[in-house]
Amino acid sequence: MSAEAALIITQLLNGVQLGLLLFLVAAGLTLIFGVLDFVNLAHGAFVMLGAFISASIAGMLQGVPGGWLLGVVLMLPLLALLGMALELLLARPLQRAGLTPAALHLAQVLATFGVLLACSAVAMMIWGTQGMGVVLPGWLRGQVALGEAVQLPAYRLFIIVIGLMVALALHLLLQRTRLGMQLRAVASNADMAAALGAPVDALRVAVFALGAALAGLAGALMVPIAEASLGMAVEYIIIAFVIIIIGGLGSLKGSFFAALLVGMLDTLGRAFLDDALAAVLPLELAETAAPALSSMSIYLLMAAVLIWKPAGLFPPPTRGRH
Amino acid sequence: MRLPLRGMVAVLEWGLLAALLAAPLLAQWLAAPFWLDVATRLAILALAAVGLNLLLGVGGLASFGHAAYLAIGAYATAIPIYHSLYGGGGWLATDNGLLHLLLAVAAGGLFALITGALALKTRGIHFIMLTMAFSQMLFYLLQGLETYGGDDGMSLDVRSQLPGLDLDDAAQLHWLAVAALVAGLMLFRMVQRSRFGLVLMGCKARPERMWALGWPVRPVLLAAFVIGGMLAAVAGWLSANHATFVSPAMAEWTHSGELLFMVILGGAGRWLGPLTGAAAFVLLEEWLSSLTLYWHLPFGLLLIGIALWQAGVLQRGGRP
Repeated sequence: MSAEAALIITQLLNGVQLGLLLFLVAAGLTLIFGVLDFVNLAHGAFVMLGAFISASIAGMLQGVPGGWLLGVVLMLPLLALLGMALELLLARPLQRAGLTPAALHLAQVLATFGVLLACSAVAMMIWGTQGMGVVLPGWLRGQVALGEAVQLPAYRLFIIVIGLMVALALHLLLQRTRLGMQLRAVASNADMAAALGAPVDALRVAVFALGAALAGLAGALMVPIAEASLGMAVEYIIIAFVIIIIGGLGSLKGSFFAALLVGMLDTLGRAFLDDALAAVLPLELAETAAPALSSMSIYLLMAAVLIWKPAGLFPPPTRGRH
Repeated sequence: MRLPLRGMVAVLEWGLLAALLAAPLLAQWLAAPFWLDVATRLAILALAAVGLNLLLGVGGLASFGHAAYLAIGAYATAIPIYHSLYGGGGWLATDNGLLHLLLAVAAGGLFALITGALALKTRGIHFIMLTMAFSQMLFYLLQGLETYGGDDGMSLDVRSQLPGLDLDDAAQLHWLAVAALVAGLMLFRMVQRSRFGLVLMGCKARPERMWALGWPVRPVLLAAFVIGGMLAAVAGWLSANHATFVSPAMAEWTHSGELLFMVILGGAGRWLGPLTGAAAFVLLEEWLSSLTLYWHLPFGLLLIGIALWQAGVLQRGGRP
C-alpha cells in the first residue's frame, strides 16, 4: 500500500472517530428534542461537566488499576441525575405553562442559556480556568496496526468501538423494546400516548437522564484527546445542533449519519483542503483560506442541506404535534 | 395593579433615555469617566437590540445570529482604517467615517439579504439554528483573515474621521451613539406604525392567512430582516470606534444570545423595550462582575428566573 493511501485511510478513520464522538453529543440532544420537544442549549454544559467530573474522579483514583475507566463509569449516574433535575425543575414547568410552540421554544432557549452560563460559572469555581487531563491506562496508550501501513492509536479505536456500541444499543432500545415503543409514541403524539397509558412523565425524566449521560460520556471520552476545559460547554453544542438539523430533528438515524458526515468533512478538510486548494490557488492564499474554509465547511453543509431538504436528511416519519 | 406598574415602567424608560442624554455631564460632574464608558456601551448595544426587536417583536423572527452584524459593522470600520494607515487595500483605504458607516450598512444589509433569503425558507427552531449557523460561518471567516489579526482581532490606531465631530472625545462619541439610538428608535416606531409594519405583524400572527390574502410574506419578512441587520451594523460601526478594537469573538453565538436576552427582557415588540433590556444587561454585568469573578452564575440564574416568570410559572408557584 502506498503512503498516500495509508494516510487517507488513517484520516478516514480519524473522521469516523470524531463523527462517533459527535454522535454521542448529538444523540442526547436529538432524543430530548424529538421526544420532548425541548431545545436544550445547556447540553454542552453536560459535555463539559462529564469531562471534568470523570477527570476529577480519575485523578483521585490515581494509581488504582482501572481508575480512569471507573471515573467515566461513576460520572454517568451523576450526569443522569443532573438531567433529571433539569427536566423536573425547568422543562416540565415550562411545558405546562400553556405557551404557543414558538414562545415555548424561545423560553427554553433563554432558560437553558441561563443554565449554561450558571454551569460554566460553577465549573470555573470548582476546577478553575485551567484545562484538566487524565492518564490513560497502558492498554489504551499504544498503537494498533491495521494492515501493513496503517497504524491507529488504540484509544481512537476504543472510541470507535464505544461509539458503535452505543449507537447499536440506542437503536435496539428505540426499535425493539417496549420502552422504545412508548418513547416513539410520545415523540409522535404525547397526548395520545398518555391517553393510551404511556407513563409520559416518567419517560420524559428517563430521556433527560439518558441524554445527559450520553453527553457526559462524550465529554469524558474527549478528555484524553483534548483535556477537559470550560470552552467545551459552548463549543460542542453548536456542532451538535448542526448535526441534528442536518440529520432531521428528532431522528436518531439521521443524527448518526449526519455526525459521521460532519466528522469526516471536518477531519478531511483539515487534512487535505490546503493541498487541494493549492492546486487551483496561489500557495499563500490557499494556506490562509484552507483553515477558515474547513471550519466553515460544516455550516456550509448545513445551509446546503436545509435549502435542499428543509426537514433534514432523515426527518422522523411522524410528528403529530406540528 | 396593572396600570401603576406600566406607569412606573414608562417613567423608568424615559428616565433612562434622559440619563443617557445627560451621561457625559453627569460623568463629568461626578468625576466618574468610567460610567460614561458604560453608558456609551449601553447605547450601542441598545441600538443593536432595537434592530433585533424589529425582527423578533414585530416580525416574530427569532434570529440567533444578530451579533454577526455588530462584527460586520465593526470590521467595515476597522479594515478601511487599517489600510488608510498602513497602505494597500485600494479603494477600501479611507479614514472617512461616513464612508465607514456606508460600508457597514451596505455590508450588513448584503449579509442579511443573502443569509435571510436562505434562512427564511424555514421557520421556528430551524430558523433560529440557521441564523446561528450563518453567524458562526462569519465568525470562522473573520478568524481566517490573518491580515486583520485573525483569531486575536486587531486594534484601531485611529478612530473614524467625521466632519465637525471628534470621536476621540468621549462625550462627542457618546452623543453620537445616543443620536444613533434615538434615530433607530424613531425608525422602529415609523416601521411599526406604517402599512409595512401592519403587514409584518400580520405575517407574525398568521402567515398562511396573509399569504392567502395575497401578501408576499417572505419578501416582507426579508425586508424586516435586512433593516434589522443594518441597524445592528450601525451599532457595530459605533462599537469599533468606541472600543477601538475588533475581533471575531464579536460574532460569537453567545453574544447573539445576550442580544436576544435584552429584547425579551425589555418585552419583545415594545418600543423602548430594547433600551430597558440593554440597560438591565449592561448594569447587571457591571454590578455582578464587580461583586464576583463568577458573575455568570447569578446572571444565569436570573435568566432562568426571567424565562420562568415570562412563562407565568413563578406567579402560580409552580402549579400547572
